[in-house]
Amino acid sequence: MKLYWKYFAIHLKSQLQYKVSFLLMILGQFLSTFSAFIGLYFMMQRFHQVEGFSYQEVLLCFAVVSLAFSLAECFARGFDTFSTMIGNGEFDRILVRPRHEIFQVLASKIEFSRIGRLLQSLFILLVVIIKTPYLWCFDKGLTILLMILGGTVVFSALFLIYAGLCFFTTDGLEFINIFTDGGREFGRYPLSIYGDSILKFFTYIVPLALFQYYPLLYLTGRSNQPLYIFFPCLSGLFLFPAYLIWKTGLKRYQSTGS
Amino acid sequence: MIKLEHIHKSFRVAKRKEGLGSAFRALFHREYQIIPALRDISFEIAAGEIVGYIGPNGSGKSTTIKIMSGILRPDSGNCLINGQIPWQNRKHYVGQIGVVFGQRSQLWWDVPVIDSFSLLQDIYDIPDKAYAKTLSELTATLDLAEIIQLPARQLSLGQRMRCEIAASLLHDPRILFLDEPTIGLDAVSKLAVREFIQKQNQEKGTTIILTTHDMQDIEALASRILLIGKGQILFDGRYADLKKQAKTGLSAEEMVAELYREYQI
Repeated sequence: MKLYWKYFAIHLKSQLQYKVSFLLMILGQFLSTFSAFIGLYFMMQRFHQVEGFSYQEVLLCFAVVSLAFSLAECFARGFDTFSTMIGNGEFDRILVRPRHEIFQVLASKIEFSRIGRLLQSLFILLVVIIKTPYLWCFDKGLTILLMILGGTVVFSALFLIYAGLCFFTTDGLEFINIFTDGGREFGRYPLSIYGDSILKFFTYIVPLALFQYYPLLYLTGRSNQPLYIFFPCLSGLFLFPAYLIWKTGLKRYQSTGS
Repeated sequence: MIKLEHIHKSFRVAKRKEGLGSAFRALFHREYQIIPALRDISFEIAAGEIVGYIGPNGSGKSTTIKIMSGILRPDSGNCLINGQIPWQNRKHYVGQIGVVFGQRSQLWWDVPVIDSFSLLQDIYDIPDKAYAKTLSELTATLDLAEIIQLPARQLSLGQRMRCEIAASLLHDPRILFLDEPTIGLDAVSKLAVREFIQKQNQEKGTTIILTTHDMQDIEALASRILLIGKGQILFDGRYADLKKQAKTGLSAEEMVAELYREYQI
Protein backbone atom coordinates (compact mmCIF):
# COMPACT_ATOMS: atom_id res chain seq x y z
CA MET A 1 0.00 0.00 0.00
CA LYS A 2 2.86 2.33 0.81
CA LEU A 3 4.28 1.56 -2.60
CA TYR A 4 0.96 2.46 -4.22
CA TRP A 5 1.10 5.89 -2.60
CA LYS A 6 4.57 6.35 -3.95
CA TYR A 7 3.30 5.59 -7.46
CA PHE A 8 0.38 7.89 -6.74
CA ALA A 9 2.72 10.75 -5.83
CA ILE A 10 4.93 10.27 -8.85
CA HIS A 11 1.89 10.21 -11.18
CA LEU A 12 0.57 13.38 -9.65
CA LYS A 13 3.95 15.01 -10.02
CA SER A 14 4.18 13.94 -13.68
CA GLN A 15 0.72 15.09 -14.59
CA LEU A 16 1.15 18.44 -12.87
CA GLN A 17 4.12 19.09 -15.15
CA TYR A 18 1.64 20.07 -17.80
CA LYS A 19 -0.67 22.28 -15.80
CA VAL A 20 -2.75 23.72 -18.62
CA SER A 21 -3.31 20.37 -20.26
CA PHE A 22 -4.18 18.86 -16.90
CA LEU A 23 -6.77 21.53 -16.10
CA LEU A 24 -8.28 21.40 -19.58
CA MET A 25 -8.62 17.63 -19.31
CA ILE A 26 -10.45 17.98 -16.01
CA LEU A 27 -12.72 20.61 -17.53
CA GLY A 28 -13.35 18.44 -20.58
CA GLN A 29 -14.21 15.44 -18.46
CA PHE A 30 -16.51 17.60 -16.39
CA LEU A 31 -18.34 18.92 -19.43
CA SER A 32 -18.71 15.56 -21.14
CA THR A 33 -20.47 14.09 -18.13
CA PHE A 34 -22.45 17.26 -17.84
CA SER A 35 -23.87 16.79 -21.31
CA ALA A 36 -25.02 13.31 -20.32
CA PHE A 37 -26.72 14.84 -17.33
CA ILE A 38 -28.44 17.45 -19.49
CA GLY A 39 -29.69 14.68 -21.76
CA LEU A 40 -31.20 12.90 -18.82
CA TYR A 41 -32.67 16.13 -17.50
CA PHE A 42 -34.54 16.92 -20.72
CA MET A 43 -35.79 13.35 -21.03
CA MET A 44 -37.21 13.45 -17.56
CA GLN A 45 -38.69 16.92 -18.12
CA ARG A 46 -40.79 15.43 -20.89
CA PHE A 47 -41.67 12.04 -19.54
CA HIS A 48 -41.52 12.67 -15.76
CA GLN A 49 -40.96 9.02 -15.07
CA VAL A 50 -39.55 5.86 -16.60
CA GLU A 51 -41.23 2.58 -15.76
CA GLY A 52 -42.41 4.09 -12.50
CA PHE A 53 -39.05 5.53 -11.49
CA SER A 54 -39.16 9.24 -10.75
CA TYR A 55 -36.61 11.82 -11.84
CA GLN A 56 -34.98 11.79 -8.40
CA GLU A 57 -34.64 8.04 -8.43
CA VAL A 58 -33.19 7.90 -11.90
CA LEU A 59 -30.78 10.64 -10.96
CA LEU A 60 -29.64 8.63 -7.95
CA CYS A 61 -28.96 5.72 -10.24
CA PHE A 62 -27.14 7.95 -12.70
CA ALA A 63 -24.89 9.45 -10.02
CA VAL A 64 -23.98 6.12 -8.46
CA VAL A 65 -23.09 4.51 -11.78
CA SER A 66 -21.10 7.51 -13.01
CA LEU A 67 -19.24 7.72 -9.74
CA ALA A 68 -18.37 4.02 -9.78
CA PHE A 69 -17.29 4.20 -13.39
CA SER A 70 -15.05 7.22 -12.89
CA LEU A 71 -13.47 5.67 -9.82
CA ALA A 72 -12.71 2.54 -11.81
CA GLU A 73 -11.40 4.60 -14.69
CA CYS A 74 -9.21 6.65 -12.38
CA PHE A 75 -7.56 3.67 -10.73
CA ALA A 76 -7.88 0.78 -13.18
CA ARG A 77 -6.92 2.83 -16.19
CA GLY A 78 -3.83 0.64 -16.68
CA PHE A 79 -6.06 -2.21 -17.86
CA ASP A 80 -7.95 0.05 -20.21
CA THR A 81 -4.74 1.00 -22.02
CA PHE A 82 -3.21 -2.43 -21.66
CA SER A 83 -2.89 -3.14 -25.38
CA THR A 84 -0.42 -0.25 -25.74
CA MET A 85 1.47 -1.61 -22.76
CA ILE A 86 1.95 -4.91 -24.54
CA GLY A 87 2.71 -3.18 -27.82
CA ASN A 88 5.48 -0.93 -26.57
CA GLY A 89 7.11 -3.49 -24.32
CA GLU A 90 6.22 -1.77 -21.08
CA PHE A 91 4.75 -5.06 -19.90
CA ASP A 92 8.11 -6.82 -20.32
CA ARG A 93 9.52 -4.32 -17.89
CA ILE A 94 6.74 -5.08 -15.45
CA LEU A 95 7.55 -8.78 -15.64
CA VAL A 96 11.17 -8.27 -14.63
CA ARG A 97 10.18 -6.47 -11.43
CA PRO A 98 9.56 -8.33 -8.20
CA ARG A 99 5.96 -7.25 -7.66
CA HIS A 100 2.65 -8.75 -8.66
CA GLU A 101 1.91 -7.91 -12.26
CA ILE A 102 -1.68 -6.82 -11.60
CA PHE A 103 -0.51 -4.43 -8.92
CA GLN A 104 2.04 -2.94 -11.29
CA VAL A 105 -0.44 -2.53 -14.12
CA LEU A 106 -2.84 -0.84 -11.72
CA ALA A 107 -0.15 1.43 -10.38
CA SER A 108 1.35 2.26 -13.76
CA LYS A 109 -1.56 4.45 -14.78
CA ILE A 110 -3.49 6.70 -12.47
CA GLU A 111 -5.58 9.18 -14.35
CA PHE A 112 -6.14 12.27 -12.25
CA SER A 113 -7.97 14.16 -14.96
CA ARG A 114 -10.90 11.80 -14.36
CA ILE A 115 -11.42 13.81 -11.19
CA GLY A 116 -13.55 16.13 -13.30
CA ARG A 117 -16.07 13.37 -13.91
CA LEU A 118 -15.75 12.17 -10.36
CA LEU A 119 -16.51 15.54 -8.80
CA GLN A 120 -19.51 16.01 -11.01
CA SER A 121 -21.01 12.64 -10.13
CA LEU A 122 -20.31 13.27 -6.48
CA PHE A 123 -22.01 16.64 -6.71
CA ILE A 124 -25.15 15.19 -8.31
CA LEU A 125 -25.23 12.41 -5.74
CA LEU A 126 -24.99 14.86 -2.86
CA VAL A 127 -27.76 17.02 -4.29
CA VAL A 128 -30.03 14.00 -4.67
CA ILE A 129 -29.29 12.82 -1.15
CA ILE A 130 -29.94 16.25 0.33
CA LYS A 131 -33.23 16.53 -1.53
CA THR A 132 -34.42 13.07 -0.55
CA PRO A 133 -34.95 12.90 3.23
CA TYR A 134 -35.89 9.21 3.24
CA LEU A 135 -32.27 8.38 2.40
CA TRP A 136 -31.02 9.93 5.60
CA CYS A 137 -30.60 6.82 7.68
CA PHE A 138 -27.84 4.38 8.32
CA ASP A 139 -29.00 1.42 6.23
CA LYS A 140 -29.70 3.53 3.14
CA GLY A 141 -26.39 5.33 3.50
CA LEU A 142 -24.65 1.98 3.72
CA THR A 143 -26.54 0.78 0.66
CA ILE A 144 -25.36 3.76 -1.41
CA LEU A 145 -21.79 3.24 -0.25
CA LEU A 146 -21.86 -0.45 -1.14
CA MET A 147 -23.42 0.35 -4.51
CA ILE A 148 -20.54 2.67 -5.34
CA LEU A 149 -17.91 0.18 -4.17
CA GLY A 150 -19.57 -2.75 -5.91
CA GLY A 151 -19.84 -0.74 -9.10
CA THR A 152 -16.17 0.20 -8.98
CA VAL A 153 -15.30 -3.46 -8.58
CA VAL A 154 -17.49 -4.59 -11.49
CA PHE A 155 -16.17 -1.93 -13.86
CA SER A 156 -12.58 -2.70 -12.78
CA ALA A 157 -13.21 -6.40 -13.41
CA LEU A 158 -14.51 -5.54 -16.88
CA PHE A 159 -11.32 -3.57 -17.55
CA LEU A 160 -9.35 -6.58 -16.29
CA ILE A 161 -11.17 -8.88 -18.72
CA TYR A 162 -10.46 -6.42 -21.50
CA ALA A 163 -6.76 -6.50 -20.59
CA GLY A 164 -6.71 -10.29 -20.24
CA LEU A 165 -8.12 -10.68 -23.73
CA CYS A 166 -5.31 -8.51 -25.09
CA PHE A 167 -2.97 -11.43 -24.42
CA PHE A 168 -4.87 -13.40 -27.03
CA THR A 169 -5.26 -10.67 -29.59
CA THR A 170 -2.38 -8.26 -28.81
CA ASP A 171 -4.72 -5.54 -29.98
CA GLY A 172 -7.54 -4.26 -27.81
CA LEU A 173 -10.96 -5.70 -28.34
CA GLU A 174 -13.37 -2.85 -28.71
CA PHE A 175 -16.39 -5.04 -28.17
CA ILE A 176 -15.72 -5.13 -24.45
CA ASN A 177 -16.53 -1.43 -24.47
CA ILE A 178 -20.15 -2.47 -24.94
CA PHE A 179 -19.98 -3.53 -21.32
CA THR A 180 -17.71 -0.80 -19.91
CA ASP A 181 -18.77 2.39 -21.67
CA GLY A 182 -22.04 0.73 -22.58
CA GLY A 183 -22.58 -0.34 -19.00
CA ARG A 184 -22.14 3.22 -17.92
CA GLU A 185 -24.67 4.43 -20.47
CA PHE A 186 -27.22 1.66 -19.79
CA GLY A 187 -26.68 1.99 -16.09
CA ARG A 188 -27.91 5.56 -16.00
CA TYR A 189 -31.43 4.21 -15.90
CA PRO A 190 -32.62 1.39 -13.65
CA LEU A 191 -31.82 -1.76 -15.60
CA SER A 192 -35.38 -3.12 -15.40
CA ILE A 193 -36.60 -0.62 -17.99
CA TYR A 194 -34.85 -2.55 -20.77
CA GLY A 195 -36.96 -5.65 -20.21
CA ASP A 196 -36.66 -8.91 -18.42
CA SER A 197 -34.03 -10.69 -20.51
CA ILE A 198 -31.64 -7.73 -20.40
CA LEU A 199 -32.10 -7.54 -16.65
CA LYS A 200 -31.31 -11.25 -16.36
CA PHE A 201 -28.22 -10.80 -18.47
CA PHE A 202 -27.01 -7.97 -16.27
CA THR A 203 -27.72 -10.03 -13.16
CA TYR A 204 -26.13 -13.35 -13.98
CA ILE A 205 -23.57 -12.69 -16.72
CA VAL A 206 -22.25 -9.16 -16.30
CA PRO A 207 -23.52 -8.26 -12.85
CA LEU A 208 -24.28 -4.58 -13.26
CA ALA A 209 -27.74 -5.05 -11.80
CA LEU A 210 -26.33 -6.45 -8.58
CA PHE A 211 -24.96 -3.08 -7.56
CA GLN A 212 -27.46 -0.94 -9.41
CA TYR A 213 -30.99 -2.32 -9.76
CA TYR A 214 -31.58 -4.49 -6.69
CA PRO A 215 -30.14 -2.12 -4.09
CA LEU A 216 -32.07 0.66 -5.78
CA LEU A 217 -35.30 -1.24 -5.13
CA TYR A 218 -34.45 -1.20 -1.46
CA LEU A 219 -33.35 2.44 -1.47
CA THR A 220 -36.57 3.64 -3.04
CA GLY A 221 -38.73 1.52 -0.78
CA ARG A 222 -40.00 -0.71 -3.59
CA SER A 223 -38.75 -3.70 -1.68
CA ASN A 224 -38.24 -4.35 2.01
CA GLN A 225 -35.78 -7.15 1.44
CA PRO A 226 -32.78 -6.06 3.56
CA LEU A 227 -30.58 -8.59 1.77
CA TYR A 228 -30.62 -6.26 -1.24
CA ILE A 229 -28.32 -3.94 0.73
CA PHE A 230 -25.56 -6.49 0.38
CA PHE A 231 -26.16 -7.50 -3.22
CA PRO A 232 -23.31 -5.22 -4.38
CA CYS A 233 -20.91 -7.43 -2.39
CA LEU A 234 -22.02 -10.39 -4.50
CA SER A 235 -20.92 -8.59 -7.62
CA GLY A 236 -17.38 -8.91 -6.29
CA LEU A 237 -17.57 -12.55 -7.39
CA PHE A 238 -17.21 -11.25 -10.91
CA LEU A 239 -13.53 -10.70 -10.14
CA PHE A 240 -12.89 -14.45 -10.18
CA PRO A 241 -13.66 -15.15 -13.84
CA ALA A 242 -11.90 -11.90 -14.74
CA TYR A 243 -8.78 -12.99 -12.88
CA LEU A 244 -8.95 -16.42 -14.48
CA ILE A 245 -9.00 -14.91 -17.97
CA TRP A 246 -6.05 -12.73 -17.02
CA LYS A 247 -4.03 -15.66 -15.67
CA THR A 248 -4.74 -17.84 -18.69
CA GLY A 249 -3.73 -14.99 -20.96
CA LEU A 250 -0.55 -14.29 -19.03
CA LYS A 251 0.59 -17.87 -19.58
CA ARG A 252 0.28 -17.38 -23.31
CA TYR A 253 2.11 -14.07 -23.32
CA GLN A 254 4.38 -13.82 -26.36
CA SER A 255 5.97 -10.42 -25.91
CA THR A 256 6.75 -8.24 -28.94
CA GLY A 257 9.73 -6.78 -30.73
CA SER A 258 13.36 -6.87 -29.81
CA MET B 1 25.31 -20.21 -12.42
CA ILE B 2 23.40 -20.09 -15.70
CA LYS B 3 22.51 -23.28 -17.47
CA LEU B 4 20.29 -23.67 -20.52
CA GLU B 5 19.54 -27.11 -21.92
CA HIS B 6 17.77 -27.83 -25.19
CA ILE B 7 15.60 -24.75 -25.12
CA HIS B 8 13.00 -24.58 -27.88
CA LYS B 9 10.67 -21.70 -28.46
CA SER B 10 8.40 -20.94 -31.35
CA PHE B 11 5.85 -18.23 -31.96
CA ARG B 12 2.49 -18.55 -33.57
CA VAL B 13 1.92 -15.70 -35.97
CA ALA B 14 -0.99 -15.01 -38.22
CA LYS B 15 -0.20 -15.30 -41.91
CA ARG B 16 -0.97 -12.10 -43.63
CA LYS B 17 -1.36 -11.66 -47.31
CA GLU B 18 -1.37 -8.40 -49.11
CA GLY B 19 -4.45 -6.67 -50.35
CA LEU B 20 -7.64 -5.44 -48.79
CA GLY B 21 -9.61 -8.50 -49.80
CA SER B 22 -7.44 -10.93 -47.95
CA ALA B 23 -7.29 -8.61 -44.94
CA PHE B 24 -11.07 -8.77 -44.90
CA ARG B 25 -11.11 -12.55 -45.24
CA ALA B 26 -8.62 -12.76 -42.38
CA LEU B 27 -11.31 -11.32 -40.12
CA PHE B 28 -13.19 -14.58 -40.35
CA HIS B 29 -10.58 -17.13 -41.09
CA ARG B 30 -6.99 -16.79 -40.21
CA GLU B 31 -4.15 -19.07 -41.03
CA TYR B 32 -1.40 -19.41 -38.53
CA GLN B 33 2.19 -20.14 -39.05
CA ILE B 34 4.56 -21.52 -36.46
CA ILE B 35 7.84 -19.68 -36.58
CA PRO B 36 10.66 -21.32 -34.65
CA ALA B 37 12.64 -18.70 -32.76
CA LEU B 38 14.98 -20.93 -30.79
CA ARG B 39 16.00 -24.44 -31.79
CA ASP B 40 17.82 -26.47 -29.22
CA ILE B 41 19.78 -23.80 -27.41
CA SER B 42 22.18 -25.05 -24.75
CA PHE B 43 24.97 -23.27 -22.96
CA GLU B 44 26.44 -22.66 -19.54
CA ILE B 45 27.78 -19.48 -18.06
CA ALA B 46 29.85 -19.40 -14.89
CA ALA B 47 29.57 -16.77 -12.17
CA GLY B 48 31.61 -13.67 -12.88
CA GLU B 49 31.81 -14.11 -16.66
CA ILE B 50 31.07 -11.49 -19.27
CA VAL B 51 29.52 -13.10 -22.29
CA GLY B 52 28.82 -11.35 -25.56
CA TYR B 53 25.75 -12.68 -27.29
CA ILE B 54 25.79 -11.83 -30.96
CA GLY B 55 23.82 -12.64 -34.06
CA PRO B 56 21.98 -10.88 -36.87
CA ASN B 57 18.57 -9.26 -36.41
CA GLY B 58 15.84 -11.79 -35.75
CA SER B 59 18.22 -14.59 -34.82
CA GLY B 60 16.72 -15.12 -31.36
CA LYS B 61 18.97 -13.05 -29.11
CA SER B 62 16.19 -11.11 -27.47
CA THR B 63 14.04 -14.22 -27.14
CA THR B 64 16.84 -15.93 -25.22
CA ILE B 65 17.25 -12.90 -22.96
CA LYS B 66 13.50 -12.81 -22.39
CA ILE B 67 13.50 -16.48 -21.40
CA MET B 68 16.44 -16.00 -19.07
CA SER B 69 14.78 -13.00 -17.44
CA GLY B 70 11.49 -14.81 -16.87
CA ILE B 71 9.38 -12.84 -19.36
CA LEU B 72 8.75 -15.78 -21.68
CA ARG B 73 8.49 -19.48 -21.00
CA PRO B 74 10.09 -21.81 -23.54
CA ASP B 75 8.13 -24.60 -25.27
CA SER B 76 10.56 -27.19 -23.96
CA GLY B 77 13.96 -27.48 -22.37
CA ASN B 78 15.46 -26.56 -19.03
CA CYS B 79 16.80 -23.28 -17.82
CA LEU B 80 18.35 -22.99 -14.40
CA ILE B 81 19.75 -19.70 -13.19
CA ASN B 82 21.06 -19.30 -9.68
CA GLY B 83 19.37 -22.60 -8.93
CA GLN B 84 15.96 -21.26 -10.02
CA ILE B 85 13.70 -21.62 -13.00
CA PRO B 86 13.08 -18.03 -14.15
CA TRP B 87 9.39 -18.30 -15.09
CA GLN B 88 8.48 -20.17 -11.91
CA ASN B 89 8.21 -18.02 -8.83
CA ARG B 90 8.90 -15.02 -11.04
CA LYS B 91 8.65 -12.40 -8.29
CA HIS B 92 11.36 -13.99 -6.20
CA TYR B 93 13.67 -14.65 -9.13
CA VAL B 94 13.61 -11.21 -10.77
CA GLY B 95 14.68 -9.56 -7.53
CA GLN B 96 18.12 -11.01 -8.14
CA ILE B 97 18.67 -9.96 -11.73
CA GLY B 98 18.99 -6.65 -13.51
CA VAL B 99 17.78 -6.06 -17.06
CA VAL B 100 18.52 -3.16 -19.39
CA PHE B 101 16.57 -2.97 -22.63
CA GLY B 102 18.59 -0.50 -24.66
CA GLN B 103 15.64 0.46 -26.81
CA ARG B 104 13.16 0.96 -24.01
CA SER B 105 13.30 3.29 -21.09
CA GLN B 106 12.35 2.43 -17.56
CA LEU B 107 12.68 5.99 -16.27
CA TRP B 108 9.70 8.22 -15.69
CA TRP B 109 9.69 10.76 -18.46
CA ASP B 110 8.50 13.85 -16.61
CA VAL B 111 9.98 13.61 -13.14
CA PRO B 112 13.61 13.89 -11.99
CA VAL B 113 15.58 10.67 -12.44
CA ILE B 114 16.17 10.50 -8.71
CA ASP B 115 12.42 10.06 -8.20
CA SER B 116 12.44 7.06 -10.53
CA PHE B 117 15.31 5.63 -8.51
CA SER B 118 13.53 6.20 -5.26
CA LEU B 119 10.45 4.37 -6.59
CA LEU B 120 12.70 1.47 -7.56
CA GLN B 121 14.03 1.38 -4.03
CA ASP B 122 10.51 0.66 -2.83
CA ILE B 123 9.73 -1.78 -5.64
CA TYR B 124 12.80 -3.85 -4.79
CA ASP B 125 12.45 -3.25 -1.08
CA ILE B 126 16.03 -2.05 -0.71
CA PRO B 127 16.96 -1.01 2.85
CA ASP B 128 17.82 2.70 3.17
CA LYS B 129 21.45 2.12 4.06
CA ALA B 130 22.17 -0.24 1.19
CA TYR B 131 20.32 2.07 -1.19
CA ALA B 132 22.32 5.12 -0.15
CA LYS B 133 25.57 3.21 -0.53
CA THR B 134 24.81 1.76 -3.97
CA LEU B 135 23.43 5.05 -5.19
CA SER B 136 26.51 6.99 -4.18
CA GLU B 137 28.78 4.42 -5.81
CA LEU B 138 26.78 4.46 -9.02
CA THR B 139 26.61 8.24 -9.03
CA ALA B 140 30.38 8.43 -8.75
CA THR B 141 31.29 5.77 -11.32
CA LEU B 142 28.66 6.71 -13.88
CA ASP B 143 29.10 10.44 -13.28
CA LEU B 144 25.45 11.06 -12.57
CA ALA B 145 25.64 13.75 -9.90
CA GLU B 146 24.51 16.56 -12.15
CA ILE B 147 21.90 14.74 -14.15
CA ILE B 148 19.80 12.85 -11.63
CA GLN B 149 17.98 16.01 -10.63
CA LEU B 150 16.73 16.47 -14.20
CA PRO B 151 13.65 14.82 -15.67
CA ALA B 152 14.45 12.03 -18.11
CA ARG B 153 12.97 13.92 -21.04
CA GLN B 154 15.73 16.52 -20.76
CA LEU B 155 18.59 14.03 -20.91
CA SER B 156 20.63 13.17 -23.96
CA LEU B 157 20.59 9.53 -25.07
CA GLY B 158 24.00 8.90 -23.54
CA GLN B 159 23.04 10.45 -20.23
CA ARG B 160 19.81 8.51 -20.22
CA MET B 161 21.53 5.21 -20.89
CA ARG B 162 23.85 5.79 -17.95
CA CYS B 163 20.80 6.38 -15.79
CA GLU B 164 19.09 3.27 -17.20
CA ILE B 165 22.08 1.16 -16.26
CA ALA B 166 22.20 2.66 -12.79
CA ALA B 167 18.46 1.98 -12.40
CA SER B 168 19.01 -1.70 -13.17
CA LEU B 169 21.79 -2.01 -10.61
CA LEU B 170 20.26 -0.27 -7.61
CA HIS B 171 19.26 -3.59 -6.04
CA ASP B 172 22.78 -4.95 -6.59
CA PRO B 173 21.83 -7.95 -8.76
CA ARG B 174 24.18 -10.89 -9.21
CA ILE B 175 23.35 -11.14 -12.90
CA LEU B 176 22.92 -8.31 -15.36
CA PHE B 177 21.32 -8.69 -18.79
CA LEU B 178 22.13 -5.91 -21.20
CA ASP B 179 20.11 -5.90 -24.41
CA GLU B 180 21.90 -3.54 -26.80
CA PRO B 181 23.16 -1.09 -24.18
CA THR B 182 25.22 0.99 -26.60
CA ILE B 183 22.65 1.37 -29.36
CA GLY B 184 22.65 4.87 -30.79
CA LEU B 185 25.28 6.26 -28.44
CA ASP B 186 28.10 8.58 -29.47
CA ALA B 187 31.73 7.52 -29.10
CA VAL B 188 32.27 9.13 -25.71
CA SER B 189 29.14 7.66 -24.17
CA LYS B 190 29.91 4.25 -25.62
CA LEU B 191 33.33 4.27 -24.03
CA ALA B 192 31.89 5.38 -20.71
CA VAL B 193 29.30 2.61 -20.75
CA ARG B 194 31.88 -0.02 -21.71
CA GLU B 195 34.26 1.11 -19.04
CA PHE B 196 31.55 0.96 -16.46
CA ILE B 197 30.42 -2.53 -17.46
CA GLN B 198 33.98 -3.77 -17.15
CA LYS B 199 34.41 -2.19 -13.75
CA GLN B 200 31.14 -3.60 -12.48
CA ASN B 201 32.25 -7.05 -13.54
CA GLN B 202 35.75 -6.84 -12.10
CA GLU B 203 34.99 -5.10 -8.83
CA LYS B 204 31.62 -6.57 -7.97
CA GLY B 205 31.89 -9.88 -9.77
CA THR B 206 28.54 -9.34 -11.49
CA THR B 207 27.85 -11.89 -14.21
CA ILE B 208 27.02 -10.01 -17.39
CA ILE B 209 25.28 -11.16 -20.55
CA LEU B 210 25.34 -8.59 -23.28
CA THR B 211 23.72 -8.52 -26.70
CA THR B 212 24.98 -6.07 -29.23
CA HIS B 213 25.57 -5.39 -32.90
CA ASP B 214 28.62 -3.33 -32.16
CA MET B 215 31.67 -5.55 -32.52
CA GLN B 216 33.83 -3.09 -30.67
CA ASP B 217 31.67 -3.70 -27.60
CA ILE B 218 32.55 -7.34 -27.90
CA GLU B 219 36.20 -6.65 -28.53
CA ALA B 220 36.44 -4.42 -25.50
CA LEU B 221 34.31 -6.41 -23.10
CA ALA B 222 33.67 -10.03 -23.75
CA SER B 223 36.29 -12.70 -23.45
CA ARG B 224 33.71 -15.22 -24.53
CA ILE B 225 31.16 -14.96 -27.27
CA LEU B 226 28.06 -16.87 -28.21
CA LEU B 227 27.03 -16.60 -31.83
CA ILE B 228 23.41 -17.36 -32.61
CA GLY B 229 21.82 -17.65 -36.03
CA LYS B 230 18.38 -18.89 -37.06
CA GLY B 231 17.75 -19.94 -33.49
CA GLN B 232 20.82 -22.11 -33.06
CA ILE B 233 24.13 -21.59 -31.32
CA LEU B 234 26.79 -21.59 -34.03
CA PHE B 235 29.87 -20.66 -32.10
CA ASP B 236 30.67 -20.71 -28.42
CA GLY B 237 34.17 -19.82 -27.44
CA ARG B 238 36.80 -17.22 -26.91
CA TYR B 239 36.82 -14.12 -29.00
CA ALA B 240 40.54 -14.60 -29.65
CA ASP B 241 39.91 -18.05 -31.20
CA LEU B 242 37.29 -16.65 -33.49
CA LYS B 243 39.76 -14.04 -34.58
CA LYS B 244 42.38 -16.66 -35.32
CA GLN B 245 39.99 -18.56 -37.55
CA ALA B 246 39.20 -15.53 -39.63
CA LYS B 247 41.35 -14.17 -42.42
CA THR B 248 43.90 -11.74 -41.17
CA GLY B 249 43.57 -8.08 -41.82
CA LEU B 250 39.82 -8.00 -41.33
CA SER B 251 38.26 -5.62 -38.86
CA ALA B 252 35.97 -7.04 -36.23
CA GLU B 253 32.95 -5.85 -38.21
CA GLU B 254 34.09 -7.49 -41.44
CA MET B 255 34.97 -10.66 -39.62
CA VAL B 256 31.47 -11.04 -38.24
CA ALA B 257 29.90 -10.20 -41.58
CA GLU B 258 32.08 -12.91 -43.09
CA LEU B 259 30.95 -15.30 -40.40
CA TYR B 260 27.27 -14.55 -40.98
CA ARG B 261 27.79 -15.21 -44.68
CA GLU B 262 29.65 -18.39 -44.00
CA TYR B 263 26.82 -19.74 -41.87
CA GLN B 264 24.24 -18.29 -44.24
CA ILE B 265 22.37 -16.52 -41.50
